Amino acid sequence: MHTVLLKVTALFYLVGALAYLHFIFTLNERSAKVGRMLLLIGVLLHGAGFVARYFVAGYTPITSLFESLSFSAFAIVCVFLAFELRYHLRVLGAFVAPLAFAFSVSAAFLPGEVRALAPALNSYWLPVHVILLFFGNAVFAVAFGAAIMYLLMEKELKTKKMGAIFKRLPSLDVLDDINYRCMTIGFPLLTLGIITGSIWAEYAWGSYWSWDPKEVWSLITWLLYAALLHGRMTVGWRGRKAAILAIVGFCSILFTFLGVNLLLPGLHTYTNLSG
Amino acid sequence: MSEIVIVGLNHRTAPVEVRERLAFAADTVGHALRGLRERDGIEEGVILSTCNRVEVCVLSEAGYKGVEHVKDFLAGFHGVPIGELSDHLYHYLGEEAVRHLFRVSSSLDSMVLGEPQILGQVKDAYGYACEFKSIGPVLDKFFTKAFSVAKRVRTETRVANSAVSVSYAAVELAKKILGDLTDKVVMLIGAGEMCELAARHLLSAGAKGILITNRTFERAVHLAEEFEGTAVRFEELATHLKRADIILSSTGSPHFILKRGDVEAVIRIRRNRPMFFIDMAVPRDIDPDANEIDNVYVYDIDDLNNVIETNLEERLREAELAEEIVVAEVAGFRRWLDSQQVTPTIVSLRRKFDEVRQAEVAKALSALGTADPKTRKVVESLASSILNKVLHSPIASLKRETDGRSPMEMVTAVREIFDLPEEEAEGAPEAAERAPEQGGNVGGQ
Repeated sequence: MHTVLLKVTALFYLVGALAYLHFIFTLNERSAKVGRMLLLIGVLLHGAGFVARYFVAGYTPITSLFESLSFSAFAIVCVFLAFELRYHLRVLGAFVAPLAFAFSVSAAFLPGEVRALAPALNSYWLPVHVILLFFGNAVFAVAFGAAIMYLLMEKELKTKKMGAIFKRLPSLDVLDDINYRCMTIGFPLLTLGIITGSIWAEYAWGSYWSWDPKEVWSLITWLLYAALLHGRMTVGWRGRKAAILAIVGFCSILFTFLGVNLLLPGLHTYTNLSG
Repeated sequence: MSEIVIVGLNHRTAPVEVRERLAFAADTVGHALRGLRERDGIEEGVILSTCNRVEVCVLSEAGYKGVEHVKDFLAGFHGVPIGELSDHLYHYLGEEAVRHLFRVSSSLDSMVLGEPQILGQVKDAYGYACEFKSIGPVLDKFFTKAFSVAKRVRTETRVANSAVSVSYAAVELAKKILGDLTDKVVMLIGAGEMCELAARHLLSAGAKGILITNRTFERAVHLAEEFEGTAVRFEELATHLKRADIILSSTGSPHFILKRGDVEAVIRIRRNRPMFFIDMAVPRDIDPDANEIDNVYVYDIDDLNNVIETNLEERLREAELAEEIVVAEVAGFRRWLDSQQVTPTIVSLRRKFDEVRQAEVAKALSALGTADPKTRKVVESLASSILNKVLHSPIASLKRETDGRSPMEMVTAVREIFDLPEEEAEGAPEAAERAPEQGGNVGGQ
């Protein structure tokens, strides 16, 4: 039941994403409202699915690849809806909702049954570590969407060929501000996620840091975002530079999250294609 | 039969010398509306007077006669011989008038397509007419409808969405680059009419303050007083530049006054806070290469003109959509207007027959002499029941939804057959609503 619930949300995210895309093409307000409603329903079902799965499995169900992808989609939609509520940036939906759909649909094609928990994962640190990191990643996903919007908009303003994008996207200032706010929220989450992971590693594996591929790539991601935040605070890195770094940072997240699991086996290999 | 009539002139039909002679000032419009309303055959009236158009909209008893009445009124009120006017005046009747006002309010008839002021001006005209009580139920509904059509056009099409003047284009771009303008500072270098206008628009769009510099410092001081800004010496331009977010420049300098390197230095000091340069000078004041620096945007006069041209093309495309909306709305309003014409007809039809009934009942009762109350009652109810039965089918056919055929034809026929009077009772629709219930007991008084 909960597995079906987790898979079915992909449909809501798909139609929601299509509604937001329809909105950005036609600027029909109703489409944006429909999109938001669909994402909201989807995310509520999704949340209910995770709660149900938690009780069935008896542990925080964010361990297999299926669960991780699905939870990523959940976190992205949550963060997007929060941003929309706060900044009324409906066009952002056309850039972020497809991302949520991509995660949830890839999850839908993976085996979704509940499995016995690997002994090393059986810890109170599991929910803390994983939820912090996944929500941090979701915030960076929103920054990624805003960064793409920024680059599109900046291109039109620099080349002075105002087309459809110019009319539809918010100002560069707003987009850059989203980038900054995402950094100030996402970076602490990422940092805390890594710290809690490290403490947990001390308990589980007997060492705070063992240079496992996932740890290395997390560090790379962390350094990238740290550089961006530092550059912004000290020498005023903003606009284009910040947008490009947000995109690079998100690619690094994707690699840490997916690439490492699939290509570079290590201690963290709990999540691979077979589960 | 009453019809909506519009007589007027605009920027296309009359030169400014004629328009200014026919314009109504705010303090004379009340007097004019009263004069208009007092004319025979004019039931309701509204006067719209802007710098581009003067239009008088009336509800008139007889269509073409109404046109003449309004022309007489215009000529008489302004003391202009009618012969000098007639070449410039246009007129619209009925459905054409409805279409015209809808187009005017939606800014489809404006000199600058989609310009936003006209709707406010039409609302003012409506306000005056309400204030001086020259407006009645029909024009009230007409103008209210025109406002909602204009709103529909505004929200459903992009006819007014993009800037079509250099100064508005500058504001639009500034907002897209810098976002909220309320904490942004404008700098004006040199003096040019276009720059000053753009500066004014930026300030009214919320910009926080303005720095003004000029080769002649006195001129800068003078302008600074006018704009309530700060004058800056031209030699100190480089030190003050860092404070400005939007820079408007139009000096007579034969070469760049700001080179790429200068701008690079400033943007570094500003820690990359974006700068928007609007260069209206020919030859140009600002090195166009500066546009390649991150967070710096340099637009010259040609760039702005290109933006406007693209926007104008878009407006023309959107105007076609707007015209479709107008056509649909005209049809809707026409139906309402027609139904309005039917109800007063029913009222006067009833009234006419009721008079006959009352007269005949009175005659019959006096012939009966001292009849007992029962007989009187029988006579009275006989008369009213005949009346109701006879009138039932003509009233039913008047009320029936006519398909294909205009209800106006039916109304005209009924009015002609029964020789109904032209003038209508005040509040006619209300009376018509009550009429059916009255049917049964009209004789009971």
